Amino acid sequence: MNNTVSSIITKTIPAGGKWSARIQRGKEITFTALEAGANVSLLLYNADDTAERYNMPDTLKAQYTAFLTKGNVLMTDHGRVLASLVEDTVGWHDTISGYSTRKMIDEKYGKTTYQEHRNEWYRSGEENLMVELFRNGLTTCDLSPVINLFSKVYCDEEGNMNFVEGHSKKGESVTLRTEMDVLLVLSNTPNPLDTRNTYLSTPIEVKIKGAEPVLENDICLKHRDENRRAFENTWEYVMLTKGGIQ
Amino acid sequence: MAVLNYVESERKVEEAIYNKKLLSGEGWLYTIEPGEVLRIVDVEGNQAADTLFYDADHPSDHYSAINTILRQRNIYLSTGSVLIAESGKELVKIIADTCGRHDTIGGACSAQSNTVRYSHDTLPMHNCRDTFMLQMAKFDKRTTKRDLAPNVNFFMNVPVTPAGGLRFDDGVSAPGYYVEMQAINATTVLISNCPQLNNPCNAYNPTPIQLIIWDK
Ligand SMILES: [Zn+2]
Repeated sequence: MNNTVSSIITKTIPAGGKWSARIQRGKEITFTALEAGANVSLLLYNADDTAERYNMPDTLKAQYTAFLTKGNVLMTDHGRVLASLVEDTVGWHDTISGYSTRKMIDEKYGKTTYQEHRNEWYRSGEENLMVELFRNGLTTCDLSPVINLFSKVYCDEEGNMNFVEGHSKKGESVTLRTEMDVLLVLSNTPNPLDTRNTYLSTPIEVKIKGAEPVLENDICLKHRDENRRAFENTWEYVMLTKGGIQ
Repeated sequence: MAVLNYVESERKVEEAIYNKKLLSGEGWLYTIEPGEVLRIVDVEGNQAADTLFYDADHPSDHYSAINTILRQRNIYLSTGSVLIAESGKELVKIIADTCGRHDTIGGACSAQSNTVRYSHDTLPMHNCRDTFMLQMAKFDKRTTKRDLAPNVNFFMNVPVTPAGGLRFDDGVSAPGYYVEMQAINATTVLISNCPQLNNPCNAYNPTPIQLIIWDK
């Protein structure tokens, strides 16, 4: 075993599964849907100070968008970049629908218990995220809006929220590049607005490897002036806390 | 459907138990008991009242913008909207609204987000999140920045298009417009009357709001 940038870690997150990990700055995390209709609810925190976390409003308003795709960055409440969306075959990831709750799952898909169904019981985003947050020393007050990878929810002119069925296909993928050391928390559970009435959750592959350095022509850096200023804030933070930018 | 749902209130200002003018840039933290009604008046128009709600009995349970819009499947708040906490507990219900549409996607301005949205030299400017933090620091030693969540922006206009666009527009509010909400459970309300000078959410001219409370 060695620790070069070519080292690749691959995880499969089964339907209903959860995972959390501390991931260093300068990694690429590729999520691949192993079946159609995937949804992965994701939270991100600054690994060294988890009070700093993904901020949905700041991310959306700085980039004048109500969804996320290639070129967008995920911003913290301190005006910094947690991760950049550097590759994306899906085109639209939801960040305004939140995570599924136990109540929602029971009401929508029927009540399941571990006693009766063993590991086939239906997991909820709420419980998956709570367990992983707690495991990392956080509490329910740290719950905040998630990013739902692979899901599309749009709003009509009146503001009604609409879930798009069949949005992501088998084999589609999205890649995040970490711009600071992060705590990643994820739950592979249905989108709360999923219109299908069967509990559809599909396995996801997560592949992590070293990223190339951010160059001046980087698609996320030059996406908007706002993105550049968020990168500049991040680089200053890395200079102050890590002693420099590798 | 919770959008442009104009409903006027029957309540008379003379019968209120509390009446306060809150200048722009100032904060307000107050607990309303079940049944009590809070009216926020946009006195001069086009102001943004950035507001957070907490379960007064368990302040670690904060307002959830996402759970609130998810429950009504609509991103705008107006008469009929029930504002809920992260746990799903019902905090307040909007019972009158002469503005018709309020934002809860846009969040509060902060020194750090100002540097991203406008320029690095806006860092020293006064902002809503500083107001929130100062109020919380004085309120309860157990609360921290982790208790700050996406908030409601009363009177603010943040249109989202079917194609996924989002922008801050001039308000749909006008002088004297108000929103009125009734506490379902004891709720601590935290308001920052927005001092933002960089975008049209308050027409580049932050102005006072009026806070009026009636008992049940
Ligand atoms: Zn503000």
